[in-house]
Amino acid sequence: MRHIISILMENESGALARVANLFTARGYNIESLTVAPTEDLSLSRMTLVTSGSDEIIEQITKQLNKLVDVVKLVDLTEGGHIEREMMLIKLRAERTQREEIKRLVDIFRGKIIDVTDTSYTVELTGAASKLNAFIEAVNEELIIEVVRTGPSGIGRGPKGLSL
Amino acid sequence: MELSGGEIIVQCLRDEGVEHVFGYPGGAVLHIYDALFKQKELKHILVRHEQAAGHAADGYARATGKPGVVLVTSGPGATNVVTGVATAFMDSIPMVVLTGQVPTPVIGSDAFQEVDTVGITRPCVKHNFLVKRLEDLADTIKKAFYIATTGRPGPVVIDIPKDITDPGIKIPYHYPNKVKMRSYNPVVKGHLGQIKKAVKILMEAERPVFYTGGGVVLDDAAKPLTDLVDTLGFPITQTLMGLGAYPGSGKNFLGMLGMHGTYEANMAMHETDVLIAVGARFDDRVTGHVKQFCPDATIIHVDIDPSSISKNVRVDVPIVGPVKQVLKDMLKVVNEGDKKPKQQALKKWWKQIDKWRAMDCMKYDKKSELIKPQQAVEMLHKVTKGDAYVTSDVGQHQMFAAQFYRFDKPRRWINSGGLGTMGFGLPAAIGVQMAHPKADVAVVTGESSIQMCIQELATCLQYDLPIKIILLNNGYMGMVRQWQEFFYDSRYSQSGMSVTPDFVKLTESYGHIGMRVEKSEDLEGAMKEAFSHKDRLVFLDVVVDPSENVYPMIAAGKGHHEMYLSPGSELV
Repeated sequence: MRHIISILMENESGALARVANLFTARGYNIESLTVAPTEDLSLSRMTLVTSGSDEIIEQITKQLNKLVDVVKLVDLTEGGHIEREMMLIKLRAERTQREEIKRLVDIFRGKIIDVTDTSYTVELTGAASKLNAFIEAVNEELIIEVVRTGPSGIGRGPKGLSL
Repeated sequence: MELSGGEIIVQCLRDEGVEHVFGYPGGAVLHIYDALFKQKELKHILVRHEQAAGHAADGYARATGKPGVVLVTSGPGATNVVTGVATAFMDSIPMVVLTGQVPTPVIGSDAFQEVDTVGITRPCVKHNFLVKRLEDLADTIKKAFYIATTGRPGPVVIDIPKDITDPGIKIPYHYPNKVKMRSYNPVVKGHLGQIKKAVKILMEAERPVFYTGGGVVLDDAAKPLTDLVDTLGFPITQTLMGLGAYPGSGKNFLGMLGMHGTYEANMAMHETDVLIAVGARFDDRVTGHVKQFCPDATIIHVDIDPSSISKNVRVDVPIVGPVKQVLKDMLKVVNEGDKKPKQQALKKWWKQIDKWRAMDCMKYDKKSELIKPQQAVEMLHKVTKGDAYVTSDVGQHQMFAAQFYRFDKPRRWINSGGLGTMGFGLPAAIGVQMAHPKADVAVVTGESSIQMCIQELATCLQYDLPIKIILLNNGYMGMVRQWQEFFYDSRYSQSGMSVTPDFVKLTESYGHIGMRVEKSEDLEGAMKEAFSHKDRLVFLDVVVDPSENVYPMIAAGKGHHEMYLSPGSELV
């Protein structure tokens, strides 16, 4: 099953490498990984999407917790949560296609952020599944380039993952 | 007090209470070695290869419980020590390893003797640091010792660029008394509710068994373990790493378990209804095929490391905490409770165990003219009155030493269990003998293993270390040969080791005493003579029966109840 693990860790050089290393060394999957500093510059927030059986996910969270740089972590999929990912997608857009693509972007509540005579660049935000749905909805031959950030997530409700 | 980086390192080590540093100098650590030269308190032991510095510090730590300290240079110095670091990591041994690095401005430029030490060691350390500012040096060293010695112990590497130790740059020195890290807070106490739950299950047990490991030795928990086992009257088996915590001659001891464990220990594991695992990690050499592991048991697991719990085998009652504290609490709950263990059931259980014991699974031919390796280890036990520190390398001799030197005390049995590092024994003995100058220290080794770090004979001479090397020489990588005999129709591919130096002459050329013994009848005399040289290293080359194998043996992928007991025997 797919899990989103949110990690608060020391903003030290090598911290990211420790997490990546752990996953390769122990043969766990990483589907995506995003990391950036938080409002406290000494801390980084990492969102990691992985999949595996309950036993494997349990080991993953235990092994991550064991890393000295990891301050706290939470498996967001254990409770209510919101997941967002941003995608920039460049599409071939000529003559008759232009209208149709524009309509599709509106349906998905995306934005066209760059326009040329022959192309549109679309910005789209949402859960990973929504971005997948958009990619499937456009004609494959029209896609020039896809850039995705990987999901970040946050738990629902007033509580936060902080020190 | 204003000190340079090199001086800060030396001063920090002294403030940390370090007495011995095992190392080898080189370009990137010259400033540190210069600071070492100018003082007397900290003793440096110059090894002949950095791998040995790692193992010696490791042996020192295993024998004392104090962290071992290593100092090596950048590049090849650092890569050579990696085997030592990985060995310590797999067995959770506290070590602080200082590696030199090229100066900060040239890091990343493929400078002379540059290697990404932090990157290379990352998978085999508990934690590592690259010191980027002189101001961080003392704090980093404090953190390293704190991390290495608390929680589940392990090696910590500190990579120090040469410019950080520049004698021309001095800053005020302050060594922190305490360290607090928001991201690292080891558990200090087990959950009392879980402990009570575990005791309740133990009191209901009809066929219980203790299975304990290296964690008991590491946490100096031998006494509470022995008290608890004796109070409950339960049988106990120990892993390779756990030997000596409960006395080997104790009446409740079933012997080691696992691949080369005793028949009674493995059968008890298979038939038990309540297994209590303490400071052990359900390693594959212990469990055999996990699907067949303890099929009827409720499993209680005490461990400081949550990630060890339910990693390989699902556990019913996990207790995360330091082994010593948990065992003490458990004993208290047992003593204060009104419930007693089920005596009738236990009596029946012991009767069954005695039946298994009667199989005498470790018997061997005692009348043989050729010396049997088991006999050599038993003789070592006799001559040293069972009180020596015994280090070993890896292979058949290691298993024979574990099986036949019945360790009665913790920290006496020093071997590379997790990584299985050949070449570990001699350098580890250097560390042990440095820590315990008056003690008998024996290396039980093989003719293949000993050659992997044999250069350390020179170190032993330089520091007058009267180590006794007991070489069980069978002319083969014995364990490889055994597997080839069993599972590859005796095709002994590259496992012969008949071409060796003349060990007697070799030892003599290093300035030690060399001896060779070939017949059973001469063994006792030779062993006694070796140990009579109180202040000399003696290398005793014992020519043993090359056809001897280690029994019992659980073949890979089999369960605990499926063992080979003797040559040509069927699985029982």
